[in-house]
Amino acid sequence: MLSIEHVSKAYSTRHGRHKVLDDVSFQLERGGHIGILGRNGAGKSTLIRLIAGAERPTSGVIRRGMSVSWPLAFGGAFQTHLTGLDNLKFVCRVYGVDYRPRIPFVEQFTELGKYFREPVARYSHGMLTRLAFALSMAIEFDCFLIDEAMVVGDARFHERCHYELFDKRRDRAFILVTHDANVIKTYCRNACVLHEGQLLAFPSVDAAYDFYLATLKENPVIVEQ
Amino acid sequence: MSTESVAVTGPASLRRAFALQLRVLHALLMRELITRFGRENLGVLWMAGEPMLFTLGVATLWTLAGLVHHASSIPVVAFAVTGYSSVLMWRNSASRVASALEQNKQLLFHRNVRTIDVFLTRIILEIGGATCSFIVLASFFMFIGWMPMPVDLLKVVTGWVMLAWFGTSLALAIGAGTAFSHVIERLWHPTAYLLFPMSGAAFMVDWLPKGLQKTVLVLPMVHGIEILREGWFGNVVPTHYDLGYMAACCLVLTLGGLYLIHEAGRRVEI
Repeated sequence: MLSIEHVSKAYSTRHGRHKVLDDVSFQLERGGHIGILGRNGAGKSTLIRLIAGAERPTSGVIRRGMSVSWPLAFGGAFQTHLTGLDNLKFVCRVYGVDYRPRIPFVEQFTELGKYFREPVARYSHGMLTRLAFALSMAIEFDCFLIDEAMVVGDARFHERCHYELFDKRRDRAFILVTHDANVIKTYCRNACVLHEGQLLAFPSVDAAYDFYLATLKENPVIVEQ
Repeated sequence: MSTESVAVTGPASLRRAFALQLRVLHALLMRELITRFGRENLGVLWMAGEPMLFTLGVATLWTLAGLVHHASSIPVVAFAVTGYSSVLMWRNSASRVASALEQNKQLLFHRNVRTIDVFLTRIILEIGGATCSFIVLASFFMFIGWMPMPVDLLKVVTGWVMLAWFGTSLALAIGAGTAFSHVIERLWHPTAYLLFPMSGAAFMVDWLPKGLQKTVLVLPMVHGIEILREGWFGNVVPTHYDLGYMAACCLVLTLGGLYLIHEAGRRVEI
């Protein structure tokens, strides 16, 4: 069980404290799926960073009764002098698993060929994304944190990602943050909307999406679509 | 591919926490080694090669400048190798740690990786490199007869370990400072530059006027270098040091640094 209890997060800015999350609480059972909608700047990424443990909440507690992934397909920690293989070794060492049995999967999924053993600095953007996603799949977590915006690629890549994640790992829990209601409708039983620092729960995914659409219209100037 | 999932990292026993820390440090060390030294030419050997080149350069300069006190019988190369190697111990680790967080913040997305691990990785590399460099250079110069054999090896090791502790504690404190404010990194570099001539690397405390001796002995690293040289050269020059004072300084810096790093963990923004 993953339990987020009264979590708030504020950042200091030049104009004083800016509260991004205000008393957010929810729980996720093992194998549970939750979708979080929210327009740009609603605090989705902040929430993901806190659940991942990369940053600490200003107040409140996050209890992790299961292993929680780093934000899926996050490639920011790639060291450009390291090869794809080096980066695989690195995450495997950090999480205490053997990297050798994972090489075939990563090679096959990333389709990097000989570039798997070349420095990441020589990769194209697409190659980086594929490597980042494959590394996320190489470590088996109980709960995956997914920010859809990070998984950018063509239709085939999306299809393969969805297969790895939502078919092969259907039994795992995940928190899915996205703009796309269809993805949430397909894979989640519950949906919430992050709005003005609060996490609002809805009885159905449709109700959540209707509310989300309404929030987009509230102040269309800053909405990017 | 195995399907069992990785262990939950909840409240762990001390032994498990220790094993986790070692694992993370190992991962970070391998990553940092390749990042810094690459796989081309000498590769990892640069870890010792870089400080060796610095020390050799300084030894040459000091020889040309005739730096050693005229009343002293310490050979100048031996003086430079012991002196500059000691500087590497406290200056380089702090300097590397000062920029560590900014360059490695993204690693904190892996929850097992903590700020302290990022700092310790760089400290281990710097102190390891400086130690290898010192051992290789000292062995070489002893072999060709430019450096005497150490009189009291245990005292040499004591001095070296104390310098390593001081370097570690200083680096932890500086690193913790950078988590609170970038100004610390900017201040550290000029401070290190100014501390170098006062650190005891280029003089023995006994050569200084009495008044100045007291002032210089406020700096903890001076004590370490004095111990090291007493161990190496014996009583050729009277030495001035207080092991207890140096240990107290290191202890305060270590505890302060660890506390600040713990506090900083709550403030880090990625």
